[in-house]
This record gives sequence, C-alpha cells and structure tokens, in this order.
Amino acid sequence: MKNESVIIVESLTKMFGNFTAVDTISFEVKKGEIFGFLGANGAGKTTAMKMLIGIGKPTSGKAQVAGFDVFKNPEEIKKNIGYMSQKFALYDDLTVKENITFFGGIYGLSRIQIKEKTISLIEELGLQEIENKLVGSLPLGWKQKIAFSTALLHNPKIIFLDEPTSGVDPITRRQFWEMIYKTANNGTTIFVTTHYMDEAEYCDRVSIMVNGKIEALDTPKNLKSQFQVHNMNDVFLKLARG
Amino acid sequence: MKRFIGFIKKEFYHIIRDRRSLFILFGMPIAQIMLFGFAITNEIQNVDIAILDHSKDATTQEIIHKISSSKYFKITQLIDNESSIEAAFKKGKVKAVLIIEKDFTKNLTKENNANIQIITDATEPNTANSISNYIISIIQNYKQEINKNTNVPYQINANTKMIFNPELKSVFMFVPGVMTIILMLVSAMMTSISITREKELGTMEVLLVSPLKPYQVIIGKVFPYIFLAIINTIVIVLLSIFVFKMPIQGSYLLLAFVSILFILTSLSLGILISTIAATQQTAMMISLAGLMLPTIILSGFIFPVTSMPAPLQILSNIIPAKWFIIILKGIMLKGVGFTFIWKETLILLVMTVFNIVLSTKKYKIRLE
Repeated sequence: MKNESVIIVESLTKMFGNFTAVDTISFEVKKGEIFGFLGANGAGKTTAMKMLIGIGKPTSGKAQVAGFDVFKNPEEIKKNIGYMSQKFALYDDLTVKENITFFGGIYGLSRIQIKEKTISLIEELGLQEIENKLVGSLPLGWKQKIAFSTALLHNPKIIFLDEPTSGVDPITRRQFWEMIYKTANNGTTIFVTTHYMDEAEYCDRVSIMVNGKIEALDTPKNLKSQFQVHNMNDVFLKLARG
Repeated sequence: MKRFIGFIKKEFYHIIRDRRSLFILFGMPIAQIMLFGFAITNEIQNVDIAILDHSKDATTQEIIHKISSSKYFKITQLIDNESSIEAAFKKGKVKAVLIIEKDFTKNLTKENNANIQIITDATEPNTANSISNYIISIIQNYKQEINKNTNVPYQINANTKMIFNPELKSVFMFVPGVMTIILMLVSAMMTSISITREKELGTMEVLLVSPLKPYQVIIGKVFPYIFLAIINTIVIVLLSIFVFKMPIQGSYLLLAFVSILFILTSLSLGILISTIAATQQTAMMISLAGLMLPTIILSGFIFPVTSMPAPLQILSNIIPAKWFIIILKGIMLKGVGFTFIWKETLILLVMTVFNIVLSTKKYKIRLE
C-alpha cells in the first residue's frame, strides 16, 4: 500500500499548433508524497497540471490520476482530487461559512456532512471570530488557509496546489507548509507547483521542467549532490541555463 | 439538485450584496419607464399605406398619384372593402389606410364638397401624427391646384381617425421598447458580467475542476437572472397598466411566453459575450456598445426602421430587440394572436439556438 502510485504519467504531450508546450513527460507520484512540480514561467507547468486535473485535453501519451484515465474518465478524476489555484479562489462577497457551504455543496456533500465539516474546520483553523465575516475583508494568509481547507472538504486522494504561496509573507508561508505536512501525513498526496526554491526543499521529490521537458526528477538531496551545489536554487539555475 | 440549489443560493448572495447590480436590476426599469413618458418627434419616409377607393375615377386617381409620387408614402395595398382594413393593419406593414368616399368627383363638382378619411395605426403615435399631417397637406396642395381656375372653391374634407391607440399616448409606444431594453440589460449584460467575474477572480477554474459539468455551472449562473428578468417583466407590465393606464389587448399567456423566449435569447447573448470577454470590463463594454446601443437605435424603438437608410435596415434584422418589439406591440397594443407573430417568434428562437451552439463551440475550443 505504501508504494501505491496515485499519479502515473507516460509520455504525456500537449501541442498548441506547432508549439509543443508539454513534451513527452513521464513520472509517477506515490500515495502520501509531497511532489514539487517546478519550472520557470512558461516552462509548461500549468499546461501539464491542467491535463492532470481534467480541464485540458492531452495531445498524446498516457496519464492516470487517482486510478482514472485522463482521456476516458476526467469526470471521475475531478471527484477524487482537490484543487487550489494561486488566486485562492474564494468568493469575496460571501462569508467564510457561506464559502465552505458552497464548495462543500458542489462536491456533493450532504447538508449534515457540510455542517460537521464546517464546525471542525472553523475550530481547527481558529476561525470562530470571523466565521460570519466576508472573505474579502480577511488578510491574504487567512484566505490561503481557508482556500486550502475548502479544497480538502471532500477528502480528496490528491490535492493539486498551483503556486499556493505566491504573494504571502514568509511566516505565513511557513505555517502553510505545516498544514501541507499535516495533510500529507494523513495519506493525502500533495502535488504542488512553486517558484520559491526554498519551498522545493520541503518536498519529498521534485521535478524541474525546462521548455516543456522534465529535465530533473529526484529528492532535493540527490539533486543537490548530482549537480554538486548546496541549494535547490543553484540546481534550478544550472538547469535553466542549460 | 441539491448542488444546484446551493449554487443558486450563492448567486443570489452575489446579487444582493452588490449595490450596483441591485440598482441596475430594480432601479433602472422604474426610472426608464418613467423617463420615456416623453415623446420624440420623427420624420417619416416611405411609409407603407393602403388605399380604399370607393369612387375609382379620374380625380381620385390623381390624388392617389400625388400621394404615391411623394417620397413619404408607398402604396402597397389596394383594399376593396371596409372589413379588410383591420387585417391590413394587423399584418403590421401598413401604417395608414386612406378611404375615399363613393361618388367623390360628383360630390366635389356638384356640391363642392367631398370627403376623405385617413385611418392611422397609432401604436406609434408620433409616426401616426406625422402621417396624417403629411397626407392632409398633400390633399390641401391638390385642392389649391384645382381651385385656381374656378370661382366657387371646391372643398375636400380630410378627417383623421386613429386606431389601436386613439388617445395617442406615446408612453404606450415606449412600454414595449423599455421592456425590451430592460430585459436585454438584465439578461445579457448582467449575466455576461457575472460569468466573466468568475473568470477574472479565478473561481471559474475551481468550478471547472469540481465535479460540476460546465453546462451545470452556466445554468446555475443564469438561472437567477431568468427569475429576476421575469420579475422585471411583471413590474413593467403592472406599471404600464396601473400608472399609465395602458390596456393590454392581447393574451397575457402569449405575452408571458414570448417574454420568456426573449429573456432566453438575451441570456444566450450574454453567455456568448462571456465566452469572448476575459474581464468584467470587456464584457460590459461589449454589452453596452454591441447590444444596448444597437438595441436602442436600430430596433425601431425610437427611430422608425422604415425611415433608415437601406444598409441600416438590413442590419436591423439581426437585432433581436427589433423582432421582440414588433411582437410586443402586436400583443400589447393590437391584441393579435400567435398567428400574426409566429414569424418573429421563430426568428428569436433561431437566434437563441444559434447563440447557444456558438457558445458551446467556443467554450470547447477554450478547454482544449
């Protein structure tokens, strides 16, 4: 069970006309793993991730997410994954509670489940005082935590985080990574894109994309020794410069 | 179903908590309909009229010729009895009928006194007024011509009769127009803005990653606006009846049916706009410049379509509002049944289907 793969990607390719955005990438992600998906802007990270979460059609190749094929069963995949975008997409004009209720609802949770989840979530995050405040009035760090928690409402097998810490201060980022660890310990797989290289060190394994290809994939420790550098930033720079 | 209800609830929160949309939704209809109680004068040109000539002699031929050779009128129909007058009007093409009495020339030469009656369609009060004034002045001119050579002046009496809206209330004419604009505004503009808002905020992406199907997301988004547009329709009709004392001649059921159809047409336009526009601002600009302006100017609401240059007349055919206004005037003012408006209804239906198919196609391309 421990070594079960929840994401299996084989030669996945995405073309836009003549431009190859994602070029025959292959990798596997194990259950409970924190998988860092790195790359410069425009390297193809977002395109690759969109194919995995069922909102982009691959041109060729194979991919299985949570046991379902991205070509045949994107709808099944959607039920088994959580997603948090870099904009922490919550509704600013709804209260914290209303947001939780809404997102629970679209994932098909029953009213009782939503109620229970809301109570436990508010307690866990210490939101008692602001549960009836509009999300728009909250600081970014709070929004980020709430967005993360709502993405977990339906107990997904895998959660996809698209640059979840952009624009957040270092302390909040630190706290956020603690939440990620806790979630991974409960057996949820974390698939995270980031451009903060210090965050890459927190991942179990990282892949680095350059021009649509995965140029490196290993644990941060192995990557550093492979490229004979001291931190992930230098690994990234060596790769990106070719 | 439960998901759907949750979705709708959330949409209503959005609407209720945004003062601007609340104003557009409820302030505008009332303000507009009150504002448009005023009239706007129009020029007439190439108006279709029908002639009912009981005499058919040289003099009447001459008068008819005078009228048809002016650039203001086009004689499109010759009627031979009183009973077909109403039918000619209801078909909607003919704006006035000229009735020449029996033995016109005899009365004129023997008794120096002959009569002509002008019946106008007053659902467009300004146009009706202009039409009768123009016809009367043509007849006056003719009278002066024949009186040049005589000592005893001949008299031609032209009397005017308005049908459908005899009191010439211009508000009656504006009600269908205002109703059309409000429904367009609520359905097309507000939905396109509310859908693009989700795109802009990034929540659309989250919705698409959820198990909700794209069409469910769209239906969830537009449903509240269908509801609000129906409420607006009811408010406008009630205001017309109770504040402006405008009688609704036709069937309320038919009125409800065509209104819902037009709401759907507008919604489909709103959805189409939201597939093109990436931001709320673009959506608003496209709605205002691409929908509201043509709706106001080209629909025949303020300016009669028949007086427009040919290219604009052709262009006006793709404006859904034009057809809806024809339908509304038919039902509200003339009391016609479905048999008289099925063509316009069909056009709206085809437009709606076309927009939905096009939106779906565009949407799919974007996903891939």
